[in-house]
Amino acid sequence: MRVHIDVNGERLAADDVWEGESLLYVLRERLGLPGAKNACEQGECGSCTVYLDGLPVCACLVAAGQAEGREVVTVEGLASGDDLDQGLDEVQRAFVEAGAVQCGFCTPGLIVQAHSLIESTPQVPEDADIREALAGNLCRCTGYEKIIDAVRLAATRKAQNKAAQKKAPR
Amino acid sequence: MDFLRPLTWDEALAYKAGRPEATPIQGGTDVMVEINLDKGRPAALLDLNPISELTGWSAEGRTVRVGAGVTYSRLIGELGSLLPGLAQAARTVGSPQIRNRGTVAGNLGAASPAGDSHPPLLASGAVVEAESARGRRMIPIGEFYTGVKRNALAPDELIRAVHVPAATGPQYFSKIGTRNAMVIAVCSFAIALHPGERRIGTGIGSAAPTPRRAVAAEEFLAGELDWDGRSALDPGVARRFGELVAEAASPIDDVRGRADYRLHSLSVMARRALGWAWKDYAGRGSA
Repeated sequence: MRVHIDVNGERLAADDVWEGESLLYVLRERLGLPGAKNACEQGECGSCTVYLDGLPVCACLVAAGQAEGREVVTVEGLASGDDLDQGLDEVQRAFVEAGAVQCGFCTPGLIVQAHSLIESTPQVPEDADIREALAGNLCRCTGYEKIIDAVRLAATRKAQNKAAQKKAPR
Repeated sequence: MDFLRPLTWDEALAYKAGRPEATPIQGGTDVMVEINLDKGRPAALLDLNPISELTGWSAEGRTVRVGAGVTYSRLIGELGSLLPGLAQAARTVGSPQIRNRGTVAGNLGAASPAGDSHPPLLASGAVVEAESARGRRMIPIGEFYTGVKRNALAPDELIRAVHVPAATGPQYFSKIGTRNAMVIAVCSFAIALHPGERRIGTGIGSAAPTPRRAVAAEEFLAGELDWDGRSALDPGVARRFGELVAEAASPIDDVRGRADYRLHSLSVMARRALGWAWKDYAGRGSA
């Protein structure tokens, strides 16, 4: 079947999609977006986390046909370029700076999930809230401490940016 | 495999009537695992996502009608005060990503004895609204679970909503697992106090072929509690309640836990959940 999905702001079509195929497979293998990672295929690891209509979900558990006509944002869609100072989202930049990346496999899912937490929390989240939000994202390298550092850093910067924008004269 | 995409509820019923072997898919958190891991391959998927009416809930009198598409995240955010037991259980489901997709109706459709929704649904006396092209049927929750991963739905029926009585007293859910997230229950327990009827509701999860109530424990406790005086809970009564809850279970040894561990932890969870609930009730004074 053919499936149309709004991916990172662009209307894309995938052909010859098998009816039992996941959104993750379509993103990676048919639409050339390998950011979301394929690992457990059962929603346990969170490495395939993407936004579906604004909510973070495991792309491996969404049937491709269920994404028809809907909006998907992947980790690729959070960045406007790959320049460390300009193009990356605050969360991506913080992961680089805090050393929250080792093998990197869990990183895209963690970044989307952390992005969602920060966007939906007006203040800088408490550590307990960060841990709760990231409970479905497994990392087998870092021990999580630097990941939590990165989320705290990104949240602090986003809060500062918002405050600065409010103060700035228009 | 076919992918069926009804846009309205009536269309969904028509599809299911014509293709009773089609597997309904809502959040996909169970169905897609089966397909991804090649444990089963449905002849057809019936996607219920486009049917927007399923994503609503409404308070109808003293009952909340929860549409089959209401996710755990929304239940936690919107129904915590009306349905505290179910919302507590929803908070323990999977991860945020899973709770953004999974639904109580999906839990019912899968009918796993370990599903987190079942104990609070049993404790509060929910009713499942099932429908087919032949008509609508209201199935009391106690009659819904018929075996391991089996339920009372006919092949052409779909779950449209779950009707859950709004809480009239304290409700608690407790669950044993190896960590605080992403856990399939080793066993679980829910209690609901129904002070108006001087009745206790219970639900046991993951400790029998189906989720079930502990009826003898409910009846014992209802007769022992000081409903009017709201005096402190007798520890002997609480302990006996725990024992009766464990006696109502018939667990097995499996990869998640041993039967004797499940029985012991059930009695502890029941005693503690009762303690929390009674503390709330007694603390409120005479209503």
